[in-house]
Amino acid sequence: MIKLSTGDRALLIGIYAFLIVLGFAAFYPFWNAAIVSFNEGTDTMKGGVTFWPREFTLDNYQIVFEDSRLVNAFVISILRTAAGTLLGILLTAIFAYGMTKRELIGRKYYMIFCIVTMYFSGGLIPSFLLIRELGLFNTFWVMVIPGLISVWDMIIFRTFFMGLPGGLEESAKVDGSSNWGILFRIVLPLSGPVIATLSLFTAVYHWNEWFTPSIYISNADLLPIQTKLQQILNSNIMSEQMQQMDSAAQGRINKMRTITSKSLSMATMMVATLPILCVYPFVQKYFVKGVLVGSLKE
Amino acid sequence: MAQTESRNFGHATEKPPGIVRFFRQWDIQLMVWPGLLFLLVFSYIPMYGVLMAFQDYSLFKGFFGSPWVGFKHFEMFFGAPEFWNVIRNTIVISLLKLLIGFPAPILLALMLNEIRGRVFKRSIQTISYLPHFLSWVIVSGIVASILSTENGSLNMLLQSLNLIQEPINFLSMPEYFWSILVVTDVWKEIGFSSIVYLAAIAGVDPHLHEAAAVDGASRLRQMFSITLPAIMPVIVVFLILAIGSLLNAGFENILLLGSNPVLRDVSDVLDTYVYRIGIQNSRYSYATAAGLFKAVISVGLLVAANYLARRSGNSLW
Repeated sequence: MIKLSTGDRALLIGIYAFLIVLGFAAFYPFWNAAIVSFNEGTDTMKGGVTFWPREFTLDNYQIVFEDSRLVNAFVISILRTAAGTLLGILLTAIFAYGMTKRELIGRKYYMIFCIVTMYFSGGLIPSFLLIRELGLFNTFWVMVIPGLISVWDMIIFRTFFMGLPGGLEESAKVDGSSNWGILFRIVLPLSGPVIATLSLFTAVYHWNEWFTPSIYISNADLLPIQTKLQQILNSNIMSEQMQQMDSAAQGRINKMRTITSKSLSMATMMVATLPILCVYPFVQKYFVKGVLVGSLKE
Repeated sequence: MAQTESRNFGHATEKPPGIVRFFRQWDIQLMVWPGLLFLLVFSYIPMYGVLMAFQDYSLFKGFFGSPWVGFKHFEMFFGAPEFWNVIRNTIVISLLKLLIGFPAPILLALMLNEIRGRVFKRSIQTISYLPHFLSWVIVSGIVASILSTENGSLNMLLQSLNLIQEPINFLSMPEYFWSILVVTDVWKEIGFSSIVYLAAIAGVDPHLHEAAAVDGASRLRQMFSITLPAIMPVIVVFLILAIGSLLNAGFENILLLGSNPVLRDVSDVLDTYVYRIGIQNSRYSYATAAGLFKAVISVGLLVAANYLARRSGNSLW
């Protein structure tokens, strides 16, 4: 180890201090929301709940999990994420594999056709009217279909596929495999990392996306948890907030008396974040790789 | 190249016409056509639909039945009382985000690079990625809770330090709104954006640092004289992209935090304006004109940024 000069040591101490503050700032707001969700609502109102729950309770969560509307929204979110990710990744991968074929007639024009869509779009209103014309209003599929193909992901898949050893495909062709057979039996099984990365990003997108349903879906039973949460957060008053819940939950809230609009919001928020928190630390190595794949392309 | 061409000509008589070859490779064409049709419907039709900015579009007459009115909606938009306000907010918010939000992850990457302890470095990284994965709905909920007048963390902190006597209602005071936007934006993305720069730094030749250290350069000096110039190409590419999306200003963030009508004067940007006028008030043609205005400026900015970058030797295309 090289001995550090005084200036260097001061710099390093400064950096450590700054990073610790930054780490705290990144984590604390979330932590605060978490402890408030585990604290009695009326107790939180007295103030001073800073680092740890003071009156620990699961009442807030009990309300959330027993409310049929919130549970329903949670299920919608899961279905949307599953459908959007599975179908989207599958179709995008098939698309990308076709685009790797040198003999594909029109490949150059197809590629230009794709890239144009990355720079230009019709904007909010024409898309809104198109969705309307297509009859997707107030359907579950409005959250899935318009996002199925991502040109960006297609290009990342394509780059990855083109980097696979060509000999495998050749020998499979000699053995009489069709192009579709090669895709599903050889190419996709070899593409684990890129599939994992892109699936993760797609799933996070679908889980977090709340705007599409907020403009296309008016049927409250079809709203995913994020959009539902947005409505709950928007209505600051308890009575308004309770209108978002079912009557059984309203009765329970009145009986419990310790629930406040804040404690309930925070508990709903935690539930809406939980799946992401469970996934992200474990797949970190994948998404770091994924960001790099994306930026290499740029 | 010349060789392949002459070979193609030589075989021209035996080669079946394009249409036949097209159908002969139906299996791979079938792989790409669903994707192409998808883009045709969901990207190209709306692009064509932008022309409704030049119409008096009505839902009953439809796109093909609505009358053409030329630049009427553009003139109305440019003459609208809120026009300059919207433009000012869009530009100011975007520039603030660019000025503070763009260099922040680069600085973070430079600092993380100085850390030798692996555990500490990885922990800070993991923690700093967390906000990126929270949805804007959650982030806005957290922000509202922190800034709340009823035991919001920030008000409690300021009160305990005796900096303020009464809690401040930050989210309904126009003078704080832009700062809140920039801080939340940096908070959410700083860690995740630093990944690319860290990767670029990892590719810098360590011999450069050794040589500089032998010459007596301090760590700080090395940071700015070796590491930073070495990753400059990456920085420039991301800067061009950031300038191309400059006018986006952060739609979701503003929509969620700035919905309070008190904030309208400082929170109205092009995207939220299009949303409010178009979706909520159903003035489709007018809103499309405003959106098209934004798109044209954005493309202009992207091209201009790329032109400047090319003169300095880096370019997107």
